[in-house]
Amino acid sequence: MNTQLSGVLAAAKAEDRAALIGYLPAGFPTIDGAAQAVQALIDGGADAVEIGLPHSDPVLDGPTIQTADDIALRNGVRTRDVLETVRQVTAANPTVPVLVMTYWNPVDRYGAARFAADLAAAGGAGCILPDLPVEEAGPWLAAAEELGLATVFVVAPSSRDQRLATITASGTGFVYAAAVMGVTGSRNQVGEMAEDLVRRTRATTDLPVCVGLGVSTAAQAAEVAAFADGVIVGSAFVQRILDAASPEAGYAAVRELAAELAEGVRKR
Amino acid sequence: MSTHALTPDGRGYFGAYGGRFIPEALVAAVEQVADEYEKAKADPAFGAELAALLKDYTGRPSPLTDVHRFSAEAGGARILLKREDLNHTGSHKINNVLGQALLTRRMGKTRLIAETGAGQHGVATATAAALFGMDCTIYMGEVDTQRQALNVARMRMLGAEVVPVTSGSRTLKDAINEAFRDWVANVDSTHYLFGTVAGPHPFPMMVREFHRVIGIEARAQVLDRTGALPDAVVACVGGGSNAMGIFYDFIPDAGVRLIGIEAAGEGVDTPRHAATLTKGDPGVLHGSRTYVLQDEDGQTIESHSISAGLDYPGVGPEHAYLKDSGRAEYRPCTDDAAMQALRLLSRTEGIIPAIESSHALAGALELGRELGPDATILVNLSGRGDKDMHTAAEYFGLLDGETK
Ligand SMILES: Cc1ncc(COP(=O)(O)O)c(C=O)c1O
Repeated sequence: MNTQLSGVLAAAKAEDRAALIGYLPAGFPTIDGAAQAVQALIDGGADAVEIGLPHSDPVLDGPTIQTADDIALRNGVRTRDVLETVRQVTAANPTVPVLVMTYWNPVDRYGAARFAADLAAAGGAGCILPDLPVEEAGPWLAAAEELGLATVFVVAPSSRDQRLATITASGTGFVYAAAVMGVTGSRNQVGEMAEDLVRRTRATTDLPVCVGLGVSTAAQAAEVAAFADGVIVGSAFVQRILDAASPEAGYAAVRELAAELAEGVRKR
Repeated sequence: MSTHALTPDGRGYFGAYGGRFIPEALVAAVEQVADEYEKAKADPAFGAELAALLKDYTGRPSPLTDVHRFSAEAGGARILLKREDLNHTGSHKINNVLGQALLTRRMGKTRLIAETGAGQHGVATATAAALFGMDCTIYMGEVDTQRQALNVARMRMLGAEVVPVTSGSRTLKDAINEAFRDWVANVDSTHYLFGTVAGPHPFPMMVREFHRVIGIEARAQVLDRTGALPDAVVACVGGGSNAMGIFYDFIPDAGVRLIGIEAAGEGVDTPRHAATLTKGDPGVLHGSRTYVLQDEDGQTIESHSISAGLDYPGVGPEHAYLKDSGRAEYRPCTDDAAMQALRLLSRTEGIIPAIESSHALAGALELGRELGPDATILVNLSGRGDKDMHTAAEYFGLLDGETK
């Protein structure tokens, strides 16, 4: 249970809107520039952020985030740099929840308990570990719970009702509902499967349900905000930075997109 | 060995290794594979159909060949080759592919996808897709599409789509990543026909079971031929499927040494090797906990081997378990030792082996010199070398002065 994260999501709900959650990987576009990129997300209006810990084998990511992870790793980003980016962002934005999203092996290698302790010390609010199913999550959950870190599990359109109940019983903070069957990346169409998944997930839990995968525009954000507690956007932000002529232009583009999306989540 | 857990536990663990580290979107599909496999195993019709295919289509049982002239170079130890190279499509991979293809049909799916390194698993999968009338997409690292071009042509001839993968190291690891991405997006219609004893449970167990026929046949053939069990069984280890297949039924025979040969590339003391069990550490890669070549931060280190099929920084979890328990030993073999063994078997026996299998042959040469002329060594000749003639021609300068 993480009170900061729950509080921010509850506040959005009290305003009768969805929350906007933005994702960017650490080490991207540069190790030092990552905190500025995340700051642009927050300045544009993100209610909470996810900082990616880049991985050599991002099997759940499409080409956009693969490219960013590649750049980050070639920049030499280390796990300790990711934690430093978290620390910088939380220091500058004490009220904004900061989650780390990554694959399990880097956390396992760092040591689950040690990673949880260092993340908590950096002011982090929790973790999303999409290749760590509930069945394998015991040691991580124990470490996270003791430190007040949220563990956000992902549910998918293919998840059956009984499994949804198992997953949501173990998760804290919110539930991450994957809008589509597939990897990360912008899509023309979101929503259809997501609405049904959100409904089925809500039947099993009181946790907020936030929807991610594929959302890139304000119109899509509004569409999703009509039925979800939060809208998660990643690849579209990464793409803005990849397309920009300079890091500064990239941060400006991220801020602009975040502002558009923040408007979107208020138009349910 | 009574202490050896012969099957994984309910969560797919062989001791500390295995499990199921997969995204939620794949959980239902992987559970379906596990359920369908259990049902099929209990269904005599499934067993009969697979047995008929292995006999009449693959050409099993594969022979056991005494290689006298080659043995003379191995300290006089008697070397027996289990001839998986003579299977239809040219390697052991077809055993597993036919089993999983039948399973795919039982699940009502119509599309097969697979990763491939050397191209042998891709060829076998494309073959089964043709035989069963299924769609087929094969992911292959771009580097491997170049060094195993013959197999790319074979797959396309069989009607499969071959997708060169340009991410990461552009080899087997990245082909697996790309196949997983495809599977997540197309899981309703598609079975991921995984080609080795790695990946999430039940793949390590299931793929081993489909390859057990190698060891079951070989154990009886060696007993029949020599009147005794061999002193050692030797196989190359990429992901580890041909090795698990031939090892498994010898595990209870405590006097039989089980020796896996890993690719040492340019040497295990250089950064350019694929000796995962020799130099790696426990971690999670491609859905299971096992040994992984990884850095201090848990990022996978790129592997290197002249053999595309062994060029992989992970390994099946049951091998990790056999290593830790001491029941099996794992040794490295360099590119050069493998290539010399390839040439030696070609020139002494008239059998051109795959570069992968040549690692096992090099391991047997070394072991034979250690054990001496009284020893009998069973080697899994996992595949034939046609696909490798481009690499061998370059390595040995066979086409100097002619068109390359
Ligand atoms: C002939 C041959 N042997 C061995 C291998 C390595 O795979 P495994 O270790 O799963 O047997 C391959 C893989 O491509 C192969 O083609």
